[in-house]
Amino acid sequence: MGLQVENLTIYYQTLRGDVRALENATFKIDGGEIMGLAGESGCGKTTLGHSLIFLAPPMKYVSGRVTLHDAEVPIWDMEKMNEFRFREISIIPQYAMNAMNPIRKIGKMTEELLRAKKVDFKAILPELKRRLDLVKLPHEVLDMYPIELSGGMKQRMVMVLSTLLNPSLLIADEITSALDVASQKAVAEMLVEFRDQECCNSALVITHDISILYQIADSILIMYAGQLAEKASTETIIHSPRHPYTKLLISSLPEIGVKYSEKQLTGIPGKPPLLLDPPTGCRFRDRCPVAFAKCAEVPPFVEIERDHFVACWKETGPDA
Amino acid sequence: MLKLVEATKIYRVGTFGGRELHAVSGVSFEVKDGEVVSLIGESGSGKSTIGKMILRLVSMSGGTISLDGTDVSTLKGESLKEYYRKVQGVFQDPFSSYNPIFKADRIFQVIHDEFYPAVDAQVWNEKVEKTLKDVGLNPEQVLNKFPHQLSGGQLQRFLIARALLLDIKFLVADEIISMLDASTRIDVLNLLADLKKRGLSILFITHDLSLANYISERAVILYRGCVAEMGVTEKIFQSPRHPYTQMLMASVPRLDQKWDQRINVESRSAPAGHPDGCVYFDRCPLAFEKCRQRPVPVEIESDHFVACWKVSEAHA
Repeated sequence: MGLQVENLTIYYQTLRGDVRALENATFKIDGGEIMGLAGESGCGKTTLGHSLIFLAPPMKYVSGRVTLHDAEVPIWDMEKMNEFRFREISIIPQYAMNAMNPIRKIGKMTEELLRAKKVDFKAILPELKRRLDLVKLPHEVLDMYPIELSGGMKQRMVMVLSTLLNPSLLIADEITSALDVASQKAVAEMLVEFRDQECCNSALVITHDISILYQIADSILIMYAGQLAEKASTETIIHSPRHPYTKLLISSLPEIGVKYSEKQLTGIPGKPPLLLDPPTGCRFRDRCPVAFAKCAEVPPFVEIERDHFVACWKETGPDA
Repeated sequence: MLKLVEATKIYRVGTFGGRELHAVSGVSFEVKDGEVVSLIGESGSGKSTIGKMILRLVSMSGGTISLDGTDVSTLKGESLKEYYRKVQGVFQDPFSSYNPIFKADRIFQVIHDEFYPAVDAQVWNEKVEKTLKDVGLNPEQVLNKFPHQLSGGQLQRFLIARALLLDIKFLVADEIISMLDASTRIDVLNLLADLKKRGLSILFITHDLSLANYISERAVILYRGCVAEMGVTEKIFQSPRHPYTQMLMASVPRLDQKWDQRINVESRSAPAGHPDGCVYFDRCPLAFEKCRQRPVPVEIESDHFVACWKVSEAHA
């Protein structure tokens, strides 16, 4: 059940060749699970999220299979995907602040949106109002223009819209990054509330902020340079990661209570490879403190413990 | 020592500038030599405006800013140039701080031509290379490149190196970490801390509380242009007293504990605060009649100031 992704490979077409933004991604999200997807900018996390709902050029489908509740999702077919978008798979986009039509009242815009999906606005209105209560927005917002709402309110309104038809999978792309800490907490907690109230079945939360994921996600998937690095339960990723990249990433995060004068944190030397012509083998090899000869081959993403997947020869190879 | 006394900035907004926006109202604090002070606030709290006032990039509507006793706003011509020898800023977006059609190291040449025309080119180049090494860059790898050939972290260090070439005493660092990736941002932060050891004072402007806690000795919490709480970083982070600071601390996502679900961070729909009252009035769970007047910061323990009537009444 839930979402199953197998060997998904997505490239970007450019004049200088294909940018290999996502290669051989295989993972699943169980029903009712909130999975966090984290990594540095350019690691392919947004590509992964968008390819599941709107695979538009320059994005190019190369290979792979996606199933949702055991039904095939034709992500490569823009037309056929219309049946899935909004109903089965929905997204809260990164630009949620500007996602609403500025010259339409929000209620009117919602009505038009639903008509395009052949849903009766009047019939769904009581449920819409209940959802507004859930995110603590007054019903009057339906008679307001987007400009009259604050950033946090717009974000919540878009959350309500995205989940109105109870999608099986909700993709939340960097929904907290433009907000101040207080609104961040409110929005993140509402996402959990939506899952609990079954407004969406499972969720994929894309962010670069791992500490937010620790608060709300059930499991975390870490990506590096277009490849999956590690996936495990939230507790495991934070407290006992196995992939060297995850370890270094977690240890470089300053936390409340850590001071330079007492404990000096270190970053990861070097920078991610360019994906236009990525190095062969493990892409973290050049920055990895424990790399060895075997790392010239691509490490497989294997389950080393129950629900704990790692792509690293040190953890999975013969001398692990 | 840099000292702000009742610094105020009022913008005229609306059609024909009919309304006033108080971006910064009566902010006073000081940054001692060799000290890192964090200026913390959410978007719109006036933190960047304060940085820009110190750098003389926006004019002041009231109050004074002085460096070692000299009023900054009176500086003109040569004396203003002398001021920029001592005080420099680095900003959030390293990519737009450069002219893309020139090589990135042109910024060092500009400093040479403007401030040190008498220095021999050879000597200057050696000084540039030494400074680049100081900020953790390899000169051979980064010189003679265009901005698009360098990473965000490298460009940000270039700007810090540029500031260091001037032998500055005071650096305004306005959100310099937020555009950088997690794996490289901590290195830039450590660099700032190293510079502090060499006697540089830094005003570290940020919205990220954990970064502020990591690097600074003292912190100033701003809300809507007013100081809510300020003092020694540990005291503010471990025992926040202002209701706004308490709410902030409870909302920071941490890796060692989960959010406390009981603390409600929603804004409360209360009657709008009095224009001269406490700026936190309409969101404050503790607000009472006296909060219709603007609270003054009170020192509740040594080097810990709180601007809240409830706290100062309990203290008195």
